[in-house]
Amino acid sequence: MTSWLPFWPASASAYADRVDLLVWAFSALIIVLAAPVIIGMVWFAAKYHRGSPADRSDAPTRGFWIEADWTVVPFLLAMIFFVWAAHLYYIVRTPPDGAMEVAVVAKQWMWKFQHPGGQREINELHVPTGQPVKLTMTSQDVIHSLFLPELRLKMDVLPDRYTSIWFQADRPGTYALRCTQFCGTDHALMGGRFIVQEPRDYEAWLQASAVDGTLAQEGERLFRRLGCSGCHGMNSAVHAPDLAGIYGTQQPLADGRFVLADDRYIRDSILMPKRQVVAGYEPIMPSFAGKVSEEEILRLIAYVKSLPREGSKQP
Amino acid sequence: MTVYAPPADTPNADTASARPRTYIEAGYTLRSWLLTTDHKRIAILYMVSITGFFFLGALGAAAVRLELLTPKLDLLSADGYNRAFTLHGVVMVWFFLIPSIPTVFGNFLIPLMIGARDLAFPRLNLLSWYIYVLGGLFTAYVLVAGGVETGWTLYTPLSTKYAPGHTVMAAAAIFVVGFSSILTGLNFIVTIHTLRAPGMTWFRLPIFVWSHYATSVILVLATPVLAMALILLALERALGIGVFDPDLGGDPLLWQHLFWFYSHPAVYIMILPSMGVVTELVTTFSRKRVFGYEFVAFASIAIAIIGFLVWGHHMFVAGQSMYASMVFSFLSFLVAAPSAVKVYNWTATLYKGQLDLRAPLLYAMGFIGLFVFGGLTGLILASLALDVHAHGTAFVVAHFHYIMVGGAVSAYLGALHCWWPKMTGRLYSEFWGRISALLIFFGFNITFFPQYILGWLGMPRRYHSYPPEFQSWEVLSSAGAVMLGVGYLLPLVYLLWSLFYGPRAPANPWGATGLEWRVPSPPPKHNFDEIPVVTWKAYDYPPAREEQG
Ligand code: HEM
Ligand SMILES: [Cu+2]
Repeated sequence: MTSWLPFWPASASAYADRVDLLVWAFSALIIVLAAPVIIGMVWFAAKYHRGSPADRSDAPTRGFWIEADWTVVPFLLAMIFFVWAAHLYYIVRTPPDGAMEVAVVAKQWMWKFQHPGGQREINELHVPTGQPVKLTMTSQDVIHSLFLPELRLKMDVLPDRYTSIWFQADRPGTYALRCTQFCGTDHALMGGRFIVQEPRDYEAWLQASAVDGTLAQEGERLFRRLGCSGCHGMNSAVHAPDLAGIYGTQQPLADGRFVLADDRYIRDSILMPKRQVVAGYEPIMPSFAGKVSEEEILRLIAYVKSLPREGSKQP
Repeated sequence: MTVYAPPADTPNADTASARPRTYIEAGYTLRSWLLTTDHKRIAILYMVSITGFFFLGALGAAAVRLELLTPKLDLLSADGYNRAFTLHGVVMVWFFLIPSIPTVFGNFLIPLMIGARDLAFPRLNLLSWYIYVLGGLFTAYVLVAGGVETGWTLYTPLSTKYAPGHTVMAAAAIFVVGFSSILTGLNFIVTIHTLRAPGMTWFRLPIFVWSHYATSVILVLATPVLAMALILLALERALGIGVFDPDLGGDPLLWQHLFWFYSHPAVYIMILPSMGVVTELVTTFSRKRVFGYEFVAFASIAIAIIGFLVWGHHMFVAGQSMYASMVFSFLSFLVAAPSAVKVYNWTATLYKGQLDLRAPLLYAMGFIGLFVFGGLTGLILASLALDVHAHGTAFVVAHFHYIMVGGAVSAYLGALHCWWPKMTGRLYSEFWGRISALLIFFGFNITFFPQYILGWLGMPRRYHSYPPEFQSWEVLSSAGAVMLGVGYLLPLVYLLWSLFYGPRAPANPWGATGLEWRVPSPPPKHNFDEIPVVTWKAYDYPPAREEQG
């Protein structure tokens, strides 16, 4: 892909191939819809220029049916593409269960990644082929956008929110990773490498960059250090909800509503605990805003997520 | 080759008595211009100031294109580059594209086209211009004081917390110039409702007037939302009120919703007047009634209304819900339909016409070609999975330049050439007019087509440095920009020349049928000695005349 005039980006996944197919079809549609206009204009300019002897009798100035046709037919054709594109979008927005989760924190001007095993990297993302990967992303400052052109994927990364994308890379190689939401002075430099490896090589890479604990284990250490365990722990005297197994369940709130305990809920509970109080508990938890970084919150979430459901035994 | 035949009559002196006094001759002092309430003179005031802003914005583009000649950052500093494209975007959008056709040609032509002596509120009209100038002074201040580096979209929290430049002042400039838009829109709406000449029914109005009516509705309804959003932005920045700042419980995406709620309809503010112009040019220079007049008129209104419902297509990857995105995508496809109608109707209008291939028609045909291409690539961006890849890249830059530069600027220049003889009483050089139309068309394509490819290859927008493999396309684009620049400078030269040396224009040089061509060129101060009574349809060209009911 280093020809003098590169024309098409490489593709690293089956999904990217499906997007490419849609684009080729769309290009054909564009030609079909534009051709009558371009050919018509040139032809009429040649034939009916002023003073030419062409026959101009019965020149139409209206025609309901023909107008209805050229409104409805292009519209229906375009609708096929709407559905086609929406279907692909549906796919990228619904991650499969069991995807490997990588945590992403963006800041001016770098990308920080952390693998489930705790391995951290900056401006480089290693993933294995053939394995669905889900990125859970947040930003420490402004809005960024993670762009993986060879996967035809991008998603904005927002402060105070989690967004996610998922993909399954199929072809090993080193690809681009860029920021596409203007984020200040060095926006153009906020990029890196996206490295897709065979599972063996990825394993080897994980081993080589091994750390002293998985994301969840780091989270557990934090849970103690920050004093969360003092209230939420098994034997604690303070009346606070037990966090075991809450991830992914509906939590009853004091005001009668229910809320899904997902990443966002846990983050909010850490930073703004008074906002959503669980039914049956006093609003006594202090806010940890300013005391934990985005990366630490991600580790805490990983820890909470890893806690087994009450009563069930950890396998 | 002498293109400019010496004028048969010398200006003013002996012939002046034979002709009625023109609006230009109504006063020669600066004061008589700066305090005028004549819509035609105000149009000229706008034309002069808008031309200035166009070239200021072009300076920003030149800096950007020069920097992008090489992959590395070598000409400007990083913030210098960011300021250059922000200046370019802010000036081009708010000080050129949005006001250009309505304030220059709408102002000059609407009263003439509907048979009125002036707009409904002449003094308000002058006030609008002063407000525009005030906004311009604010912008000039920002420029001198060091600039802004947020991009013209001013996304929070970058703009409220992290960008050190003069963001509040820039927001103030946009706020102020927005008021000028609102006043102009109101003035047009009231004028079109109340000042039409006897017999000038709605369905006898030129399409130009219809499209300005639709534009004015958007101006009046959407601009206040922007004004409100800008106030919130300024308060947030100055006082940290916490509307957008997540650390204070605000919502960083709220700005995008408010901004695009205005700025998407604003795209139609930029393009609807151009569509009006192109419709006039196409019928005038093919001497045929617009094909499907009613369809074209209603399409303007349909675009204006549906245009309010599609802002979310700027946010497909911003983290809004998947289903919201699907609805916005569908509505965006819907709004494309009436635009398609217009393009096919223009082409059909040319069929069996008497095509007079002069500069204005060349500009109009250039518009149609570029607009078709910009519009259809807009459908690519409206398609969810494709936007996920193309969003935020040079592909988007190509798309909106095809619409706004290939489209709106071509239409502006087409209008300038078509009505120049009416406005100034002078004919320009047909030869140079055609040359500039062709230069702009080809220069434009060489500049912006590569950006579609660059974007699809994965080149993000607003990058001052880029991977070296993109360089060949970037160089091609910059080369095209030189050609385009020459194309834009040429009219400045030969049109100014024609002011002094061009042959005198007759009342109706193109044999058109609109009311504005039935008064002398340039028109007298009060347009019509006697208000005309209209008994004919719009575009009363020979074949249409027979089917007249
Ligand atoms: C010679 C003509 C022009 C050239 C070479 C040019 C070039 C560019 C480039 C390269 C950008 C992208 C900056 C970036 O995102 O990195 C840009 C942005 C833009 N241009 Fe132009 N441009 C030209 C004319 C115009 C005109 C005539 C208008 C409007 C009348 C216009 C409106 C805009 C706007 C609104 C933006 C977005 C600015 C932003 O990203 O904040 N451009 N232009
Ligand atoms: Cu960024």
